[in-house]
Amino acid sequence: MVILWTDALIYFLVVTVIFLSFYVVRKPQFKRPLTKIFHNKSGMVSLIFLIFFMMIGLFDSVHFKSNETHAKPIISVLDYWMTPLRTQGEKTYSAPFSTHLYNKEMVVLDNGSKVWRYPRLKYAGVYLDKPEQQKITDIVLKSGQGFLKGVVFCAMMIFGLFLLNRYYGAMSALNDWKQSPMALKLISSVVIMMIIGSFILVELSSYYHIFGTDKVGEDVFYQAIKSIRTGLVIGSLTTLIMLPLAIVFGIMAGFFRGWVDDVIQYLYTTLNSIPSVLLIAASILMVQVYMANHAENFTSLIIRADMRLLFLCLILGVTSWTGLCRLLRAETLKLREMEYVQAAQALGVQRSKILWRHILPNVMHIVLISVALDFSALVLAEAVLSYINIGVDPTTYSWGNMINGARLEMAREPVVWWSLTASFIFMFTLVLAANLFADCVSDAFDPRRV
Amino acid sequence: MINYIFRRFLYALPLLMGVNILTFVLFFIVNSPDDMARMQLGQKHVTQEAVDNWKQQRGYDLPLLWNSKEKNPVVETIFYQKSMRLFVFDFGTSDSGRNIGSDIQQRMWASLAIALPSLIVGLLVNISMALLMVLFRNSYIELSSIIICVILMSISSLFYIIGGQFLVGKLLRLVPISGYDTGIEAIKFLVLPVIIAVVSGVGSGARWYRTLFLEEVEKDYVRTARAKGLTETQVLFKHVLQNALIPILTGVVVVLPLLFMGSLITESFFSIPGLGSYTIDAINRQDFAIVRSMVFLGSVLYIIGLLMTDISYTLVDPRVRLS
Repeated sequence: MVILWTDALIYFLVVTVIFLSFYVVRKPQFKRPLTKIFHNKSGMVSLIFLIFFMMIGLFDSVHFKSNETHAKPIISVLDYWMTPLRTQGEKTYSAPFSTHLYNKEMVVLDNGSKVWRYPRLKYAGVYLDKPEQQKITDIVLKSGQGFLKGVVFCAMMIFGLFLLNRYYGAMSALNDWKQSPMALKLISSVVIMMIIGSFILVELSSYYHIFGTDKVGEDVFYQAIKSIRTGLVIGSLTTLIMLPLAIVFGIMAGFFRGWVDDVIQYLYTTLNSIPSVLLIAASILMVQVYMANHAENFTSLIIRADMRLLFLCLILGVTSWTGLCRLLRAETLKLREMEYVQAAQALGVQRSKILWRHILPNVMHIVLISVALDFSALVLAEAVLSYINIGVDPTTYSWGNMINGARLEMAREPVVWWSLTASFIFMFTLVLAANLFADCVSDAFDPRRV
Repeated sequence: MINYIFRRFLYALPLLMGVNILTFVLFFIVNSPDDMARMQLGQKHVTQEAVDNWKQQRGYDLPLLWNSKEKNPVVETIFYQKSMRLFVFDFGTSDSGRNIGSDIQQRMWASLAIALPSLIVGLLVNISMALLMVLFRNSYIELSSIIICVILMSISSLFYIIGGQFLVGKLLRLVPISGYDTGIEAIKFLVLPVIIAVVSGVGSGARWYRTLFLEEVEKDYVRTARAKGLTETQVLFKHVLQNALIPILTGVVVVLPLLFMGSLITESFFSIPGLGSYTIDAINRQDFAIVRSMVFLGSVLYIIGLLMTDISYTLVDPRVRLS
């Protein structure tokens, strides 16, 4: 197993989130917002989508050295599962579900004569004799197979849960949920639909290129799936870097006031006054120079790309903590005049304890809301930055790189639209889910809307 | 008043100094000029002479902070020559030898020509959408427009541009896909980018103004106005809009100076010769001098915007007193 830097940070993040959620579930002050989120239909559906994306991202974050070729490339568990998609490349473009290449070529027939026509694809629908007539029925048939597999899987899963519940009472933790049959029904039906849908997609993608292939013949569906990790890493690791800065500085500035406040305010106004795109551009340029001059530290392509991704998160984190810091400072200024804080001070409670016990829990809702809101903005920002060449490494799979590679293809005739469509669908789903969930979170945690 | 403005101006100086030091550290300390020269000249197999030559041509051969050989040890340094000169808007020459200052002067008008109409039209569209949403609040019209806003917000701006160029420019052939011209001819090149900028901003913009108006609608004076017997439209357009104009106006004033910087993506997609595409070209050519100047220029403009916001607050809102 190989642990890349971003992998390690993702594991750390997952552990933190698990601990935090245990903490949050136990605390009485979070009960009302949590039940509110649970009863919000669009919020729960988008949460399921987010979890689905996160699972894919997590499987893509477990890397190991494969024995496939002599070079022993570093691949992830997801890569391993998708080996056919990863390795079965065509020559160049081909449309979604197509059985023929995009370009005409000289094809040598069995009898030795040469014909100028669209050659068959090497890995899509090879078993069809007359693809024009048989393709539709075959696609329907294959999706039916996938559907059946999905149904069987779901049935087994439900049966397993039922048995667990029967003999071990493992579902007792879910007893609260049972009181709201509407939410439970909705969640389980969405989950089942997603499982069946992904079974159909997996089944189809092993026989066809469901989103076509790109310029060098790589499967676009595979690229779009791989890009999920990049988007999630940017959205979440940036938050991991930004939160400590914003919380520590914001609370300190608001609580201690005086020269501490002045210094912190000066710091964030200075950082804020540089347009963030330019600051990111300048920093990434410098990272490029550094990497070029210290090539010996970045031996393999994937380590290099990973370091650049990490640097990007770092830079985004440094440029984006100022907004939250300002909010937290204002809130802390308000809180420190509250009676319970004054009472604690009068009783001689240590300052650090006041900060930890009285201030921090009471600004947590602002932190949660802003994390949820920032996530989708960061995923969108990645695409834009990659387009200007100051985002992730060009070899990393990301939606921004996909768009960047495909946008000039719109000028071709016939139009090569599938790369853009694939990245659009995946990115739109993730960002929409994140936006809806963020709305739901801010609705639930906003104290003005009790 | 003048006293106040002067004081605010003095407050801006340490900020600019901070920006300056930050860029200096980024561009000269993190990587030495030698590293930059090697990067530009192409990595391996570069002789030290070539590096020295490159540095000398661009004035990077001086010591960073202290030059003990010269009579005036502070002046003959990179920090003084490259960073302090920015304060008098002497941007020097780019790494490819052009004068950055004149380039900026030439290009900023194109940026402004596209950014200003986008801002004004966008503002009008956003505010009227938000007012309509508030007017029809608690109805299906509001619910569906909120959903549309969230959907519009979730689409990357790149797709708006690519889609707009494809639909309007290539399929319908209404306007040229990209390019720029001087004078009145420029309009046909500007229509599409402005429309796209407005459409891509309407989702988040309308939502933002809606929350602003909703906060205002709950206030006491609105209830009084309704009690006087005014209709809902009169209340909204006369009372609420007028009072909400203060935060809207001050929010706009901050970004006014930054309009000169233009938009990086729009300008590069539509090949408009503004400052945004200038910056992108510099990033792609790894021209450090231009990027450094643009960072400084951007922060100067932002700080001017902050100053203007403070002043406009005191002008527009009678409750704010100068302190």
